[in-house]
Amino acid sequence: MKFPALRTYAYLYLLFLYAPIILLPIFAFNDGTIIAFPLKGFTVEWFRQMAANTTLRTAVENSLIIALSSAIFATTLGIFAARAATRFSFPGKAGIIGLIMLPLVLPEIIVAVSLLVVLLGIGVTLSVFTVILGHVLICTPYAIAILNTAFNALDRSLEEASYDLGETKWSTFRLITLPLVMPGVISSLLMSFTISLDEFIIAFFLAGNEPTLPTYIFSQLRFPKQIPMIMALGTCLVAASIVLLTIAEYFRRRGIAKTGGTDTGGFL
Amino acid sequence: MTTRPTMIEFQDVHKYYGDYHALRGINATIKAGEFFSLLGPSGCGKTTLLRTIAGFEDISSGAVMIDGKHMEHVPANQRPTNMVFQSYAIFPHLTVEQNVGFGLRREAGTTEEKARRVEEALEMVNLKGYGRRAAHALSGGQRQRVALARALILKPKVLLLDEPLSALDKKMREQMQVELIKLQRQVGITFVLVTHDQEEALVMSDRIAVMFEGEILQLAEPEVLYRRPNSRQVAEFIGVMNFLPAFVLGEAGDTVQLEVAGLGRVDIEAAQSTGRATDGTVSVGFRPETLTILYDGQKAMDRETPGTIEEVVYYGDMTYYDVRLDGVEKVVRISMRNVFGRPVLEYGSRTRVAWSAGALVLFR
Ligand SMILES: Nc1ncnc2c1ncn2[C@@H]1O[C@H](COP(=O)(O)OP(=O)(O)OP(=O)(O)O)[C@@H](O)[C@H]1O
Ligand SMILES: [Mg+2]
Repeated sequence: MKFPALRTYAYLYLLFLYAPIILLPIFAFNDGTIIAFPLKGFTVEWFRQMAANTTLRTAVENSLIIALSSAIFATTLGIFAARAATRFSFPGKAGIIGLIMLPLVLPEIIVAVSLLVVLLGIGVTLSVFTVILGHVLICTPYAIAILNTAFNALDRSLEEASYDLGETKWSTFRLITLPLVMPGVISSLLMSFTISLDEFIIAFFLAGNEPTLPTYIFSQLRFPKQIPMIMALGTCLVAASIVLLTIAEYFRRRGIAKTGGTDTGGFL
Repeated sequence: MTTRPTMIEFQDVHKYYGDYHALRGINATIKAGEFFSLLGPSGCGKTTLLRTIAGFEDISSGAVMIDGKHMEHVPANQRPTNMVFQSYAIFPHLTVEQNVGFGLRREAGTTEEKARRVEEALEMVNLKGYGRRAAHALSGGQRQRVALARALILKPKVLLLDEPLSALDKKMREQMQVELIKLQRQVGITFVLVTHDQEEALVMSDRIAVMFEGEILQLAEPEVLYRRPNSRQVAEFIGVMNFLPAFVLGEAGDTVQLEVAGLGRVDIEAAQSTGRATDGTVSVGFRPETLTILYDGQKAMDRETPGTIEEVVYYGDMTYYDVRLDGVEKVVRISMRNVFGRPVLEYGSRTRVAWSAGALVLFR
């Protein structure tokens, strides 16, 4: 109210951000191959086409496998690294952590090309697995950053108390540490999953002949005929993202409420 | 106190953090069933010493024995000790019941038996009916009780408490002090309490170890610590003590002859010469309540010295007077219980102070 200019700016910003996303479902159901107004009739033809497309199905399957594996690997590595970083001090700790975090600022194209050179050099055939390898590399720094915050917020005496009451180091980790950093683990899984799912450059270089969702979409953009189907695909992805985010946020908040902690900011 | 067997023994325990010498040769024994306190200012190594008992801290040299067993290779989860942490360390994602029963996970016994033990433990700390509450929704005092119940349910040989009352307000703290003493008598377990609050230590403990900079300066019953502190540091840390410079004229058998500033010639017993002064000076110390202000017409039982009242602090039941004895620079503090019908004196007025040689402690 006080700042009409700021208000207008905020609305324009939101419009700019979300208008393209709103256009996706509109054209996905439009009975015409050209993406332009005025709209023609209503159709589900593009969704049917999408469902029947076997290459697309392979791409989706590959992407899901890659994203899930990368998220799980990166988060697991992140848990170990974050725990080590917050609990122990050892020589060269700062240097090692710095090296692990480096891919965060390294241009992806450099990571992709150098990985390609190395992998081909040691004679590994390019496949879904090599993409997973690359994605774990770029997702791990994000996972560590998120999990570091979670581990830092954990009172050390909680672990000592459990140990004092007869539990082993491992059962203490399982019974006390892990449940308490769970909101961080969920955030990390989600973050890694989304980063991996729409990652293009590494997938493009390291997938060999296997399609992933981003590389498949990119390859189809050359054919105008295919564009409405891509719109349908985009609609499905948006819907899936919303569902995924809602579920994850629900679990994250429930975890925080359960431990009576204060919300240190999630995604929503 | 009857002679009790030894529960914990420290044998020349040293602990280094890098170059920092945190424990400097601790030698002490704690008896079974005793309420023992580690008292000292911040950073003196109380927590460190407590953690060497629990097994959270490896010692650099020396030995810690618990119930006759060498603890060097015994990890924390296998020691017969349990700890109440300063932050209480209540598991926030578990209920009160689950917190209290946490240590029973590895014990033999049926679920019903364990539930009964949890119920008993909660009853013991006056938390009956709180079992299903979420642990994070408890007040400070309640969390403390949960921490106590959780540690006591395993019936440890030693219960370790690291400043368990410091997070509570004054009223709650005094109430918990009494409850802790009762609880200790009831369960008969050896309690080792860390505190920086001298009053708390005096109130609760059978014996107290006063620590300074990684060393135990004096280990004794509260009354001995208060009446016969063995150094000026201990004397100043526990309660208030007045000091006056003194000069030893001579010693004859059991008697030490002194010339004390303001008090004149005094003969004391050798037993009163317990204090050691680290800086080479000689002084006598006496507690504020061992002096009495004499009202008109009153006569001293032993000795009296004239002086001027410099400051009056009224506390309701007590009045503190700062009195400058004739011929001395320093003022001495005197505490007087207020009695109905006896007026509080005004500052600036002349007065006579009664004292007795038996209450003095010599530091040299
Ligand atoms: N892990 C550690 N690394 C290095 N120095 C430490 C460590 N733990 C304690 N110290 C040092 O050892 C000394 C004793 O610490 P300790 O915690 O035992 O003190 P304390 O008597 O319990 O004090 P407080 O009343 O403040 O709790 C302090 O000077 C502290 O800085
Ligand atoms: Mg401490």
